[in-house]
Amino acid sequence: MTHRQPAIAPSEITPRAVFEQRRALLRQAGLLGAGMATGGLLLPGTARANLAPRPSALSTTEARTPHKDVTTYNNFYEFGTGKDDPAERAGTLKPRPWTVMVEGECAKPRRWDVDELLKLAALEERVYRMRCVEGWSMVIPWVGYPLSELIRRAEPTAKARYVEFTTLLDPKQMPGQRAAVLEWPYVEGLRMDEAMHPLAILCLGLYGELLPNQNGAPVRMVVPWKYGFKSAKSIVRIRFTEAEPRTAWNKAIPGEYGFYSNVNPNVDHPRWSQRRERRIGEFGKRDTLMFNGYAEQVASLYAGMDLRKFF
Amino acid sequence: MNPSPRRLAALRAVLFTACLVPAARLAWLGWRGELGANPIEAVTRSTGWWTLALLAATLTVTPLRRLLGAPWLLRLRRMLGLFAFGYASLHFTTYLWLDQFFDLAEIARDVVKRPFITVGFAAFVLLLPLAATSTNAMVRRLGARRWQRLHRAVYLISVLGVLHFWWLVKKDVTEPRLFALVMGALLAARLWWRWRGPAPGRSVPGA
Repeated sequence: MTHRQPAIAPSEITPRAVFEQRRALLRQAGLLGAGMATGGLLLPGTARANLAPRPSALSTTEARTPHKDVTTYNNFYEFGTGKDDPAERAGTLKPRPWTVMVEGECAKPRRWDVDELLKLAALEERVYRMRCVEGWSMVIPWVGYPLSELIRRAEPTAKARYVEFTTLLDPKQMPGQRAAVLEWPYVEGLRMDEAMHPLAILCLGLYGELLPNQNGAPVRMVVPWKYGFKSAKSIVRIRFTEAEPRTAWNKAIPGEYGFYSNVNPNVDHPRWSQRRERRIGEFGKRDTLMFNGYAEQVASLYAGMDLRKFF
Repeated sequence: MNPSPRRLAALRAVLFTACLVPAARLAWLGWRGELGANPIEAVTRSTGWWTLALLAATLTVTPLRRLLGAPWLLRLRRMLGLFAFGYASLHFTTYLWLDQFFDLAEIARDVVKRPFITVGFAAFVLLLPLAATSTNAMVRRLGARRWQRLHRAVYLISVLGVLHFWWLVKKDVTEPRLFALVMGALLAARLWWRWRGPAPGRSVPGA
């Protein structure tokens, strides 16, 4: 298996937010002429910030869900509970400047700038199945690298048994937080071995570009064998803990959303079946696979556990 | 101040067209492929929402008639009720055909195991005799009193309908709550009038 080396290092790429800001400045300064002279390079759509991720053997070859569907049909309650709310309302989120505090039970706590995170490890394209707890699914080409790359650098102590992810809390940027649908900020968590698993990625991009706001910009988790809500979006803090983190949906409805929330066709949501799913873009339903089809890689993490009890 | 027959006919034509708009809109968007990433969910949601809205509209006729002293409003009620049934049928068909693709075993499991489907299904089944007895001939055959008693099932149907919506949503119950408030107010108005005794003056069959 040979990997194509990216032609341009990610560090050399100007993030879209930055170049858009620069363009706005150019315009404001009345240097429209200069802007137009370089217009060929700056036209939106042609100057896409390609992250040039390298392919990964962990990607599925299934047909990808169209970009339009991935970016317009989202659950991101920080921008409203409707599926089209995030795409319509996430413009208020400012993904730059952005830092992520890594702290808790570790030897080297540190605040990371998101642009440092972009360069922390080689970016890979991970085409994963995504199964929502509501019964629909997508195939999404994420861009990122294993979370373990970041965890390693923090040198977690022996007490670090869990990893907790916290989403930004700012009702100005996230107007959905003005409604008390969930307890804000959104908190998610993984057991340490889950977080260290090579399939669990720290995600910075989608379809080769920086993450759109509605998909959890600028940095989110993707844990493909769990229901979608386990993958925290727009993360500002990653904390190593000894106790199991109290996660947002678990706090909201403990009888329906467990800490583990592994995709499992045999354990129904109390109010609906999880046996099947509708892949977005398909007409009929397909069977839901154990651990969302990643059983071979992750089943050993749960050996001996009663998955009905630890749902 | 009854409207003339011509004006009433015109009013009914307008109402009829208005009730068709949501279905026409869905058909138009569907034909253009603009129902979003999950068109089946969009159709299910929309037809369900309009079923509840039209049920509420049907239940508004009697209180409005009493408040405005406009008995002729009653002559719009059947159409509203039948449109509620029409949207419920579209909603049910979407589930049966597009969502479950006539997988009867799966549907049976749903009806038994999923409370929100159980109550939704029950509400739809209860609507059937009401729709079937909506003609003038059926009213005559049953007699006004029995017909009226049968059609009181609409109160139960509206409660089940709201429950169906409430139990279906994951967390955000804003809209189900709104329907619950509206239906609750409409039912409370009836209880209030019942408690106060019959309205002064004439009484019109069909509470």
